[in-house]
Amino acid sequence: MSDIIVTPQTQTRTWPQLGLRWTAVSTLLLILIALFLLSLTLGSVRIPLRQILVILLGGEADKATWATIVYAFRLPKAITAVLAGAALSVSGLQMQTMFRNPLAGPFILGINSGASLGVALVVLTVGVTGTTLLAGLGLLGGFGVIIAATLGAGLVLLLVLLLSRYVDTMTLLILGLMFGYITGALVSLLLYFSSPERIQAYISWTFGSFGGVTWGQLQVMIPAVAAGLALAWLFAKSLNALLLGETYARSLGLNVQRTQAVIILSTAVLAGTVTAFCGPIIFIGVAVPHLCRMAFRTADHRILIPVAVLMGAVVALLADLIAQVPGSQIVLPLNAVMALLGVPVVIWVILRRRSLRSSFAGG
Amino acid sequence: MMTTVDASGLPFTDNRLPASAPILQTHDLTIGYRHGRKQPRIVAEALNVTLHQGELVCLLGPNGAGKSTLLRTMAGLQPLLHGRITLHGDDLTHLTPAQIARRLSIVLTERIDAGAMTAYGLVALGRHPYTNWTGQLSEQDEGVVRWALTAVGAADLAGRQINTLSDGERQKVMIARALAQEPTLILLDEPTAYLDLPRRVEIMRILRQLARQEGRAILLSTHDLDLALRTADQLWLMAADGSLQTGAPEDLVLSGAFGRTFPSDGVAFDLQTGSFRLLEQPIGRIDLAGNGAGAFWTMRALERAGFAVQPGANGAPVQVEVLNGDGRYRWQLTREGQNQTCLSLQELLRILGKKEKAGK
Repeated sequence: MSDIIVTPQTQTRTWPQLGLRWTAVSTLLLILIALFLLSLTLGSVRIPLRQILVILLGGEADKATWATIVYAFRLPKAITAVLAGAALSVSGLQMQTMFRNPLAGPFILGINSGASLGVALVVLTVGVTGTTLLAGLGLLGGFGVIIAATLGAGLVLLLVLLLSRYVDTMTLLILGLMFGYITGALVSLLLYFSSPERIQAYISWTFGSFGGVTWGQLQVMIPAVAAGLALAWLFAKSLNALLLGETYARSLGLNVQRTQAVIILSTAVLAGTVTAFCGPIIFIGVAVPHLCRMAFRTADHRILIPVAVLMGAVVALLADLIAQVPGSQIVLPLNAVMALLGVPVVIWVILRRRSLRSSFAGG
Repeated sequence: MMTTVDASGLPFTDNRLPASAPILQTHDLTIGYRHGRKQPRIVAEALNVTLHQGELVCLLGPNGAGKSTLLRTMAGLQPLLHGRITLHGDDLTHLTPAQIARRLSIVLTERIDAGAMTAYGLVALGRHPYTNWTGQLSEQDEGVVRWALTAVGAADLAGRQINTLSDGERQKVMIARALAQEPTLILLDEPTAYLDLPRRVEIMRILRQLARQEGRAILLSTHDLDLALRTADQLWLMAADGSLQTGAPEDLVLSGAFGRTFPSDGVAFDLQTGSFRLLEQPIGRIDLAGNGAGAFWTMRALERAGFAVQPGANGAPVQVEVLNGDGRYRWQLTREGQNQTCLSLQELLRILGKKEKAGK
């Protein structure tokens, strides 16, 4: 029946389009800008949006305290949230591709724990006192903590990668958990011999917060995150080749060893920096890459990296907004908000799509 | 679905070599594995083979003979232990991975699980050796991707997510991906494994078409003896000891190379049918009269039941004649002077079976 009508198909065929879908990206960007402004207006004191714009453009606000609130607290916090969200989601994305595993993320493979250990070691040897772990550390101290956190994260990641050559991915995840326990145990040993104030400081650090970062520390955090993201962007093409697995990637002419080294470096810098300044932030690194793949239905890193930057920033700002409990004096622990509100959303998304396989099918 | 390959007018850069030029040659090649300082484990040695342009070569051999090792070594994915491999006359070890990627591509047995990726996106990854650092595809690159998908008859699958593809569809897309590298040589490791028979035939047809019409050299390992005998221009038989015999399929059949390559108890290579069959002591001899499909399948049925069947009258105690009228078959069984007509092979076998039991 079907062969009666013959249509010249080759001329009329529409081929799938590769590349960024600009409408979707602009929508995401608009949401990000809206959330950014919203996070400046909301808090214990509500500042009208018009006043925020006046303050940001260098004008005179109705109340002098509002400018102080925006510049000293809300702006650095919002910028930190954007940076942290972007950094964690891109590091998670890179790890999921490199390990070809949908469960990979900075937290699951023990990389956050490595960073925590680095931070705890530095803080103990430098001997910081204060309410937050990083308060009192100057610019130099900020660098020290970043280097420690990055080294800790990089070391664990390197170990995980070396092991990944000999064991399957399931074993690797379990080993990652074991690394987490060991570093966690070392941290608690270190803290056991510390003063109660430091223990308090460490525990509130583990709650996660975008609030403790000063303008001075942002001068370190911005270039570090920018460098990590740039590195990821430069290797987007190589990450795409790695989607096929190491053997295929090599058959495509890719230098797999060098690519993996760069991905480790980028991931360690991104996850390490954020962990140093904001504490071990959960959820974003694992979940946001999946949300990006589902929303944009692609595995192309040239699309996923910019989208993960935007989506990660959106999720981080949103979680921080909720943690502030606008209109009240309460500030909830960020990680608790992430887990309580973020996880059901992700579960709902996954169940609606029946399985994660439709967005990521890992070994 | 018939797809005709029409390369004319498509933006495909022609890097084919002059007719029947050798694309890949091995010179006294030893393959195997090196483990630190220990003695290297040699899989095969003294291999001297040549792959020519436009040639479809099937690599056959028992499991563990080293077929995959040979393919991986030829692709430069695994270091060779001794000897040389030349690709377009250049020593493989002197070429960069990117240079090799433009000359040969490989289809592996491992399954791609990249998720959220369309068949089109997967094939586009084959352009990796040609794109700049951003990986941006040019008009020409996209033209090659479309041509590759069309050439394997997978143009309709372009927009599908790869994890929704069947095994056969997926294999076609993987071949298109290898083709998008515009190689002069494609190596495939068991491309027909896990596929049903029509899909296997289709894949082999596509590969032969690529060799004949596009002038590429294609080397594939397979366990599909029958299909290899019918489609390959050359066979490479790799025995368990790593020795390699090459030649036209029919020459290798007649020289008895198959039996030597696949030595196995209870199984023999049948020169008449070009396939392996179970070796059993026949339970009786039967003369078979008849011709065409009816005779062929009657012979198969009788042999399955354990009889030694000879065509024509040879004076065996039992004779079977295949009768064909009105498109229906009848079988006339003659033994000890008595005639009996059967309406199906099943009935024939049942009667013969009773006779055998009664005879014992």
